[in-house]
Amino acid sequence: METKLTREQQLELYYYMQLNRQLEERLVRLFRQNKIVGGVYSSMGQEAVSVGTSYALEPRDWLAPMIRNIGALLVKGFKPRDIFTQHMAKATSPTHGKDGTSHFGDLKNLHVISPISMLGELIPVMAGVGMAGRYLGQKIVAMTWIGDGGSSTGAFHEGLNLAAVQRAPLVLVLENNQWAYSTPVSRQVPLKNLADRALAYGIQSRIVDGNDAIAVYETSKWAVDECRAGRGPILIEAKTMRMKGHAQHDPAEYVPKEMFAYWKARDPIARYEKYLTEHGLWDAKVKAEIDARIERELDEDQQFAEESPLPSPETAEQGVYCEGCHEVQADWRRPKEQVMPPAASVEATWKVSDFGAATAPPRAQNTAHAKPATPYHKAAPQRPASPSAPLEGSSEKVVAQDIAVAPPLRVPFGRGPKDRVFEREQQQNQPSKHNPRRRRRR
Amino acid sequence: MAEVTMLEAIREALFEEFERDPAIVALGEDIGVFGGAFKATEGLLAKFGPERVIDTPISETAIVGAACGMSYLGLRPVVEMQFIDFIACCFNQVTNFVAKSHYRWGAPVPMVIRGPSGGGVHGGPFHSANPEMYFVHTPGLKVVYPSTAYDAKGLLKSAIRDNNPVLFFEHKFLYRRVKEDLPSAEYTVPIGKAAVRREGRDLTILSYAAAAHTSLEAAQILEKEGIDAEVIDLRTLLPLDRDAIISSAKKTSKVLVVHEDTRTGGIAGEIAAILCEDAFGYLDGPVARVTALDTPVPYSPPLEQYFLPSVEKVAAAARELAKY
Repeated sequence: METKLTREQQLELYYYMQLNRQLEERLVRLFRQNKIVGGVYSSMGQEAVSVGTSYALEPRDWLAPMIRNIGALLVKGFKPRDIFTQHMAKATSPTHGKDGTSHFGDLKNLHVISPISMLGELIPVMAGVGMAGRYLGQKIVAMTWIGDGGSSTGAFHEGLNLAAVQRAPLVLVLENNQWAYSTPVSRQVPLKNLADRALAYGIQSRIVDGNDAIAVYETSKWAVDECRAGRGPILIEAKTMRMKGHAQHDPAEYVPKEMFAYWKARDPIARYEKYLTEHGLWDAKVKAEIDARIERELDEDQQFAEESPLPSPETAEQGVYCEGCHEVQADWRRPKEQVMPPAASVEATWKVSDFGAATAPPRAQNTAHAKPATPYHKAAPQRPASPSAPLEGSSEKVVAQDIAVAPPLRVPFGRGPKDRVFEREQQQNQPSKHNPRRRRRR
Repeated sequence: MAEVTMLEAIREALFEEFERDPAIVALGEDIGVFGGAFKATEGLLAKFGPERVIDTPISETAIVGAACGMSYLGLRPVVEMQFIDFIACCFNQVTNFVAKSHYRWGAPVPMVIRGPSGGGVHGGPFHSANPEMYFVHTPGLKVVYPSTAYDAKGLLKSAIRDNNPVLFFEHKFLYRRVKEDLPSAEYTVPIGKAAVRREGRDLTILSYAAAAHTSLEAAQILEKEGIDAEVIDLRTLLPLDRDAIISSAKKTSKVLVVHEDTRTGGIAGEIAAILCEDAFGYLDGPVARVTALDTPVPYSPPLEQYFLPSVEKVAAAARELAKY
């Protein structure tokens, strides 16, 4: 893929990906030395996703990482010492030992929001970040990630739907790493391309090779620009592979060996190194310099973390409430008068342009975007892209076809011949034999 | 001045706060054009516009989540649950994301979740609940449950200005039934302070929301029988006003707790524990309680009436307690 990134920027992409990997390898070693308090959730094989997506953001933009997005935290400005101390539950960690792993953030400077372990919940939160940014006139974009497994949660759907209705500047990166803990994506979602989920919300989507750092960056940059121009939200599916287990305790024996071999041959860092060499962007000396810098920084920060004290026990009781310790202050980038009466006042009626009747066979409607009602005469013109404008360039072609040809998924796997629901469905498919009055035995 | 209902008082608080601070926004189902299922936000959209008064999809998790995200950028969202029962749909967002935010990583969430709660209006199992104790058991939240128009206005203002997430319960039975003159001057009511509704010497009735009115009525009956009951309206359940509870217990030596919430795990149990810890030596009798039954809220009027605490039940319990 063509890129406008400078040589320095392309080397920086390598730096962050390699930093991400080397940092995590150290975490694994520390884990084995019993110096990590909780788990280590490796993102090996997914570094191009974390780094390539977040590299498209500007400092004013906001992100919220998932557990395997340490690379994104590094790109946004956190240091390896933050990751080390978080995992080692030290007093010097960004959360002072209150939470671990990638569960930390920074509202004031880096604009990073801490995730929680329950999947999907970040999506509505980041939709709200985007909405608030627009309200304050900040022209920001919000970005977060979700896994293939997490895309089945209610919060994912509620969040993306709200973001779509609100046209929130949200880039949602669906990091399809093929496995949700031990369950393959095919048992999570009956779709070949998870980007197809976007169709249900009438939003744009793209599929990208998640192990191609430049492609990930360019796709993300496009998405970020689209969102900033008012054409969000956008769903990006990055196809990649989780090369380790769910966490360190998990040897991932459920993954076919051939699958690991297939993806190992497509390792994002090895591929990127080859790319840099083939394009004459570096030589062995430059690589050695970057690698040495990474080692130096990691040595320093690991030492800092290992020498840091654990938090004093009584601090467990502190910080449940904000008791004047934080100032809540919005950064207004537009005149406040615009959102106060009389400027903000409207006629409180709905203007409904589409009365909602069926106009074409439902299947053909799959590619069309429903036109939301355009309410409140004053509000609509302020947005660069009218919510009712049809969106071009989404991945519907693939989408519609996939949905049309996909057979109904019903696998009695693991339930066997005694699966009554399956049995009943089978009978219902043969109406002549089906007796509706037959009682179901319990 | 004309008398104002609790519902109007809530609306007044919203309008005045919206006027005062452009960082305040509202999100909820049908709150804009329609003005809310109970009309608490009526007129808000017309005056302050769709950027500040946001009609949302039926997605409680997304509503609270988005409000949380907005609060991270310094806004102060006021979320409406169409009925507070539906807060169950966003339990994770409220208890794990919002409530733990400040403790986990120092990010305050200045958000209010308000909604109509409580029974007595034949709303049935899904439109009558008192789910406050799920949240009283969640560190990081504040839980407010007023019983008067004055308190509703003053506490809602305090809730909006608070840097922490506040759940604001509005008893729908009281919405249009309690009225009073409100001061024309600006005022707030502090979160975490109980109010003595009636001074008394013989026993203390601790209560809140609609049950506070039930308790006051019972106190009037008891007065005729020579029992002088002190009635305290807790107003805030988290943080609980321990001092008010303990000092009244020390004064009367007998405590009856009345709540419309179900019995097991209700605030009465917590109050009994507090009194055992800090006022045991002052008590002349056991801590008594009158509560709703340990059932879902039934629909049919005689069933619901049987389910709810009543003036008679409160008076009877107080008579028993007074014998000690």
